[in-house]
Amino acid sequence: MADRCAVIGVGQTHLRAKREDVSIPGLVREAALRALADAELTFADIDAVVIGKAPDMFEGVMMPELSLAAALGAVSKPMMRVHTAGSVGGSTALVAAHLIASGIHRRVLTVAYEKQSDSDAMWALSVPQPFAAPLLAGAGGYFAPHIRAYMRRSGAPDHIGRMVAVKDRRNALKNPYAHLHLEDIDMKMVEESIMLWDPLRYLEACPSSDGAAAMVLAAEDAVSGAYPPAWVHGMAMRSEPTMFAGRDQVNPQAGRDCAADVYRQAGITDPRADLDMAEVYVPFSWYEPMWLENLGFCPEGEGWKLTESGATALDGDIPWNASGGVLSSNPIGASGMLRFLEAAMQVRGQAGEHQVEGARRALGHAYGGGSQFFAMWVVGSDKP
Amino acid sequence: MTMLDTPIHLEYTFTPGIAQSRFLRGLAEGRFVGQRCPVCGKVYIPSRGSCPVDGVPTGEDVALPDTGIVTTYCVVNVPFAGQAIEIPYIAAQVLLDGANISFMGLIQEIPATDVRMGMRVQAVWVEPDELGPTLASVKYFKPTGGPDAPYESFEEYL
Ligand SMILES: [Zn+2]
Repeated sequence: MADRCAVIGVGQTHLRAKREDVSIPGLVREAALRALADAELTFADIDAVVIGKAPDMFEGVMMPELSLAAALGAVSKPMMRVHTAGSVGGSTALVAAHLIASGIHRRVLTVAYEKQSDSDAMWALSVPQPFAAPLLAGAGGYFAPHIRAYMRRSGAPDHIGRMVAVKDRRNALKNPYAHLHLEDIDMKMVEESIMLWDPLRYLEACPSSDGAAAMVLAAEDAVSGAYPPAWVHGMAMRSEPTMFAGRDQVNPQAGRDCAADVYRQAGITDPRADLDMAEVYVPFSWYEPMWLENLGFCPEGEGWKLTESGATALDGDIPWNASGGVLSSNPIGASGMLRFLEAAMQVRGQAGEHQVEGARRALGHAYGGGSQFFAMWVVGSDKP
Repeated sequence: MTMLDTPIHLEYTFTPGIAQSRFLRGLAEGRFVGQRCPVCGKVYIPSRGSCPVDGVPTGEDVALPDTGIVTTYCVVNVPFAGQAIEIPYIAAQVLLDGANISFMGLIQEIPATDVRMGMRVQAVWVEPDELGPTLASVKYFKPTGGPDAPYESFEEYL
């Protein structure tokens, strides 16, 4: 039986297009110090550090964990790097949680970041491969055809994507850390934004952000801090190959399996009813209805109906991305951890203006690569 | 100063492996070569030499025609570094006839607004003296004008 694991400190930087006031070490330290302050601890209290970010080529800094050890108080302590593309922030938190659940450490600091302004992620995602076609499509070019397939398969009307784009940006207005604060966002503004990867418009895609997220995880006998802990009720990772015959790219098997595992651990049979909110990695608006189905919040083909009904809005019965989500802030490596962190903030009652009233159980979700890496946890205010 | 460009380059030798070498040599001759899995019978192109589902080598080469269908697509309308094609252009998933997996292909000779899921296409190859062991041997895919494949026939490839 695994030891109980609690989130006792959370910290994030302001998420911005360019954080020119800090270096990468400064950025990760800012998030780490906030997480430590939340837990009422210092670096001296930490046993080990687990760090994650998107592929090194995004900033062109190889193995950055080595040079970031000093900024994170990890000199002479165990430190570990996690690599799972865009899902890495979630996987990193899970690796840290495993170090607690396995009894190896009592307090682990986990950090994830991206400094997109130091880099060109679009370039890093589109480097020509040897002997390949000179056809590059960019970040959204990989996902847009699968979105088109979802629309065809489900018969969802066009306006669903715009609804998600508006909903998440309105939520972001309540989150002081969010990158995009679009005061005037509405359906018309989304519809009139430039078409980037038809059927995806500019305002249906995530921004490029700088930012970091950090959490302090602790064993039951090492809980500290003013806020009650968020207890980990279940955690799971799954992956599948990017390419295999018969692969369902709209509703990937690995995502369904990962959700089933985490729900089983957390005793969840009906996620829409049993969870109070979810922070789900939605970098393009249409991934809300797609993941609603993949994560079992509704039967296949009906995700868009849930979105359309308002169920996933902040005042709906199952709010998704109360923080504004990835659509409002995308420091790639940190984006997954922010979902996990926001889920923890909600059940700790510390989400401020975007707090879902009475949230006691929440899902944090991340995915990455070509929809091939999945990481999820369920956290709750009750001890499991 | 916030950013410093440091132009550097790296030379390397790329070894594609046995299965991909057969695929690339086929392209140099203006034809598509895939491989069949002995367990599930699915035809992979380009094959990486094993079936990801069954975990067995795919030894049998399969010659495939240069015709197929567009399963799904997007219209790329965003400029970015390294882009070699003028926007807007169609990045499509092309499923060759007889293959069980699609790959990304450029669609031309049709306005972007007229492209359809299920549209029949054929490869347009570079001139014979320009053929090489690279997917750049295929200039693009063009519509054949044949009737669209019904959605049900390619639904499982999405
Ligand atoms: Zn097979």
